[in-house]
Amino acid sequence: MHLTMFCTRVIARILYVNVSRLKVRHKHFCTDAATRVSGSNCGQPSPEHKETHDISNNIQHYDIAIVGGGMVGMALACSLASMPLTKHLNVAIIDSNPALGSRPYFNKDDPPDPRVSTVTPATISFFKDVGAWQYVEQHRHAYFDKMQVWDYTGLGYTRYNAQDINKEVLGCVVENKVLHGSLLSCIENTDFQKTIYPSRLSSMTLHPSPSSLGMDSTSSRPPLSSQRHLAKLELSDGNSLYTKLVVGADGGKSCVRELAGFKTTGWNYSQNAIICTVEHTIENGCAWQRFLPAGPIALLPMGDNFSNIVWTMNPKESTNRKLMNEDEFVKDVNNALDYGYGPHPTSSLFGSGEMFSWPRAGVTLSANDCFEVPPKVVKLASERLVFPLSLRHASDYVSKHVVLIGDAAHTVHPLAGQGVNMGFGDAFALSRVIAEGIAVGSDIGEVTMLKKYEAERKPANIMMMAILDGFQKAYSVDFGPLNILRAAALHGAHFISPIKRSIISYASGEQKLPLFT
Amino acid sequence: MASKLVRHRHLRALSSSSISINNHIRSPHFSNPNRAPLSFSYRLFSNASSSSSSSGGFQRPSSLKDLELAKFAAIAETWWDSEGPFKPLHVMNPTRLAFIRSTLCRHFSKDPNSAKPFEGLKIVDVGCGGGILSEPLARMGATVTGVDAVEKNIKIARIHADLDPVTSTIEYCCTTAEKLVEEDRKFDAVIALEVIEHVANPAEFCKSLAALTVPDGATVISTINRSMRSYATAIVAAEYLLHWLPKGTHEWSSFLTPEELVLILQRANITVREMAGFVYNPLTGRWSLSDDISVNFIAFGTKNCQ
Repeated sequence: MHLTMFCTRVIARILYVNVSRLKVRHKHFCTDAATRVSGSNCGQPSPEHKETHDISNNIQHYDIAIVGGGMVGMALACSLASMPLTKHLNVAIIDSNPALGSRPYFNKDDPPDPRVSTVTPATISFFKDVGAWQYVEQHRHAYFDKMQVWDYTGLGYTRYNAQDINKEVLGCVVENKVLHGSLLSCIENTDFQKTIYPSRLSSMTLHPSPSSLGMDSTSSRPPLSSQRHLAKLELSDGNSLYTKLVVGADGGKSCVRELAGFKTTGWNYSQNAIICTVEHTIENGCAWQRFLPAGPIALLPMGDNFSNIVWTMNPKESTNRKLMNEDEFVKDVNNALDYGYGPHPTSSLFGSGEMFSWPRAGVTLSANDCFEVPPKVVKLASERLVFPLSLRHASDYVSKHVVLIGDAAHTVHPLAGQGVNMGFGDAFALSRVIAEGIAVGSDIGEVTMLKKYEAERKPANIMMMAILDGFQKAYSVDFGPLNILRAAALHGAHFISPIKRSIISYASGEQKLPLFT
Repeated sequence: MASKLVRHRHLRALSSSSISINNHIRSPHFSNPNRAPLSFSYRLFSNASSSSSSSGGFQRPSSLKDLELAKFAAIAETWWDSEGPFKPLHVMNPTRLAFIRSTLCRHFSKDPNSAKPFEGLKIVDVGCGGGILSEPLARMGATVTGVDAVEKNIKIARIHADLDPVTSTIEYCCTTAEKLVEEDRKFDAVIALEVIEHVANPAEFCKSLAALTVPDGATVISTINRSMRSYATAIVAAEYLLHWLPKGTHEWSSFLTPEELVLILQRANITVREMAGFVYNPLTGRWSLSDDISVNFIAFGTKNCQ
């Protein structure tokens, strides 16, 4: 017994030595490959690599494997690379997107891509902290400091102003490819040990918890391999790797979530969103959102006289509008943002806010703002993309060795552009929990530590999802009394300063809604 | 003296359960240690007796302690089940480590932003149990020796530590602090968490800890205060009202107050530099460091150079 244990330890150490040596070579090789060719198989053995592989008959070991190198996955990698306690971690990123292997390059003269995100001030400061915002600023991005929300009934409207919360901006609209590219540039400029696997996850083995190891067997042989505390990932290109922690950042149809057996709850809205880029004759500096009978239409500024449209409607309408000719579509958009479906709101219904006169003392600046009509759209500047809408939430975000972030944990209605901000919030919270864990010597795959991340993010995400879902539900019914209630709510939101401030702060990702805390 | 000190070492398991008591009282959410699988403990025990520990010597403790020892040895294999009976300890562990990290980094002038700030430090974890404290210390870069008088704990600690190359370097011995003193072992830092309340002679125990510490080295001790609150939580509620633990597990009168601990450490040539309390928040389920030392507290001291 003693001898076996001794042998095991010796073997374990030999393995460890081999692994450490492998790591160095592999890192060298992969950085090479990543800069040299995009989309080529980074994990394909080079002669040198093959040699070490055969000798040790071993598989790569990582501290963390991020499955999905999209915006949220890369944000996690950047955040880990930026903190002193986590920058030494050896990270694998598994994603078949060839963009990960190449240096991002954007042509300034191209019209903006319709896939955009409205990033909140909280996300902006996160990007600044990790050092990625400077790259965003080198590309097209549009800050906005005003926002107007109204509905088709003509009963209410509300205007938000960044000054209401003593901020410079309410948010910034950035193309997803710019956000992603900025995170890539950011991480390329660190000496962070990352290895990109241009492949897909095909299977995942989460080893049994060590508490049951070797205890239940009648044999006195202790568990042999040092891999027993690791998760094993197998990729579609035949590569395998071991890792202490698997991060599922692989989107709404998360493979990690499926393989780990996390349950989800949610529903489809039987609504589609059309997104596209449009052009005006003047620059748009405000974010506009109007609730129509079939769903909201949003017009987000993108800089250079461009705006982005996110228009929610039923699937049949979306098919029609995708196929109709451009002129007709532009006409439809202008109609939807102006007199279509109902009149402009006036303040007369509630007597110019007289019924809300009690909080006058602390009135917000924007309470005096009048309703405005958004700038006319003159031209369609991109293809029209159609996405089905759904709401999905994982009942757990973590288990031993596995954690979900971003859309893998929660998919939301794109109503207020909060989806990706929630994902960035996850990435930031997870990297901080990992850093705190490393500070006190925790095993980073340990569920007790990961639960802290879940405890922090789950209530926050559920709250945001409930609000967005509530908005969607409130506006999917066209019923007289409800319309008045909605209008009153918008009116209240417009004139009652404390409510207004807390709504803006919440939507900026700054704080929790005080009403609920 | 040898037998007295032998006894101390056994009680790592016992001591951790003392933490559970407090947890259990304040939060009904925690799992009940009674559901621990008492029945299959003895198999491992018999297993254990077939091999001898490296520093050779598992001495049978006195009869009373023997009984308790068996009870705690029974749940030893659940040491690493983070949802099992030691869950409260897993939850509390980061808080204890945060205190140890900050005090040792300051004392030894280590970089607090380093992932392995304890590199170059030799640390002994007296009463290491299943290695819940030893493993994080090793991950933080320390050269760790874990000692526990319960052979089964040492076996479990060994098996678990071998799962990870970083922790497989930990030296685990089924031995006692006093035996280490006899072997003339010295450490930069000596840590004994939740042990001293179970030793027969705390003053002698502190002298052994001091003897293991190099001059200007550090000693960290945590225990339960002898206060009305600890009496209410650790004894009355846990043992008599809720029956989470057998009556008599903790002898309230043998708890030390912070003042007494400071005094006996002073006599052992260790000056207490910092002290903090642990408080449990039943709403968040988290422990945090505080000034409230009325129940659980931890002390950091340094050995005087003489």
